[in-house]
Amino acid sequence: MILTPDDWEVIRLSLKVAIVGVVLTLPVAFALAYVLARGRFPGRILLDAVVHLPLVLPPVVTGWILLILFGRAGPIGGWLDRAFGVTLMFRWTGAALAAAVMALPLMVRAMRLSIEAVDRRLEGAARSLGASPWRAFRTVTLPLSLPGVWAGLVLGFARSLGEFGATISFVSNIPGQTRTLPIAIYTALQLPDGDSTIVRLALVSVALSLGALIASEWLVRRQGGRAHVL
Amino acid sequence: MSFEVDVAKRLGEAEIAVSFASDAGVTALFGPSGSGKSSILNMIAGLLTPDRGRIAVGGQTLFGEGVNLPPEARHAGYVFQDGRLFPHLKVRANLLYGAGQGETAVTLKEVVDLLGLGALLDRWPRTLSGGEAQRVAIGRALLSNPRFLLLDEPLASLDRARADEIMTMIERVRDALKLPILYVSHNRAEVDRLAGQVVAIRR
Repeated sequence: MILTPDDWEVIRLSLKVAIVGVVLTLPVAFALAYVLARGRFPGRILLDAVVHLPLVLPPVVTGWILLILFGRAGPIGGWLDRAFGVTLMFRWTGAALAAAVMALPLMVRAMRLSIEAVDRRLEGAARSLGASPWRAFRTVTLPLSLPGVWAGLVLGFARSLGEFGATISFVSNIPGQTRTLPIAIYTALQLPDGDSTIVRLALVSVALSLGALIASEWLVRRQGGRAHVL
Repeated sequence: MSFEVDVAKRLGEAEIAVSFASDAGVTALFGPSGSGKSSILNMIAGLLTPDRGRIAVGGQTLFGEGVNLPPEARHAGYVFQDGRLFPHLKVRANLLYGAGQGETAVTLKEVVDLLGLGALLDRWPRTLSGGEAQRVAIGRALLSNPRFLLLDEPLASLDRARADEIMTMIERVRDALKLPILYVSHNRAEVDRLAGQVVAIRR
């Protein structure tokens, strides 16, 4: 099987969108996971629901909401444009934002389970040994919840690679900017001679997703972790 | 006075109230399980806040009179009933967790010799037996520069021979380091052997 230059462009773009989206989401997702796992405050259930919204909303609706918020006339998009001259519309950065929003609930879920599984008495032991709350977090809570961080990264990456509905309604289908793997496959489906493109890109999708799962399992095993992604 | 404790705390249905002062090397808190002995240790270590009262060790007020030091400022060498070693760190890193950068009263080598830990340093906590884990927990507490030791049933999960071995270690620590020790137990024989003063806790 030989990939055409167009295929390579789609693959490079998809990887860029998924990696940037997931890496930028990581700290946000971990902070949300920590707050939801440990925090007791009014509005926690509402925050939990809002974080999970992209999981249950039709993706097209999520994309439309992003369009309203981040479009050039939108409250956030307009501010980004005026303050930094940044626009997300019809750009790969907008595709990365859509991927990030869609991946967020899966990442938060995986990390939250892992944080909830950390024995809080170990943090007490760390404090009694002279650790500040921050050092106890850094040296005990964080390393013990790493398996969930890896699981969240992989799930988020796989979800981002597959992102379709929110992306196409938010930033459309622009070759080289927003035409990621699923959108390229969808485009090929519309063409009378698209069959061979579909087969190639579908096989690439399988290979990338499988590779991500195996890589994360390897990482977890190497750390001697007991929690597994697979 | 090594320990001056006068605290009360309501935990659900149970009311824990205890008052004692002791100047012995080893003070035993003796009472049946469920009488709140571990909660009293947690209050002294700063992991549980009393509703009212005062805690002082070696003349320093840790709680009460407007003071409530965080656990890391109390310098308690707390040995938990279940060892509570960090599962993601090898024995050596567990031992050194509280050692900090500065001078320590005891060195790693001294603790390793005292407690017979030489063969364990590169092992993971999950591969240790109950007695080995308990010895590491005692060593970790000693290396954190403690001003006093809190030992919560350190022999509970051990067989007779191991328990005897650990008790000998505790006697050595008591005589070599001269740290005030508060020792929680429900076993009369342990208490009689180790303690200079016994505080009975009723349910």
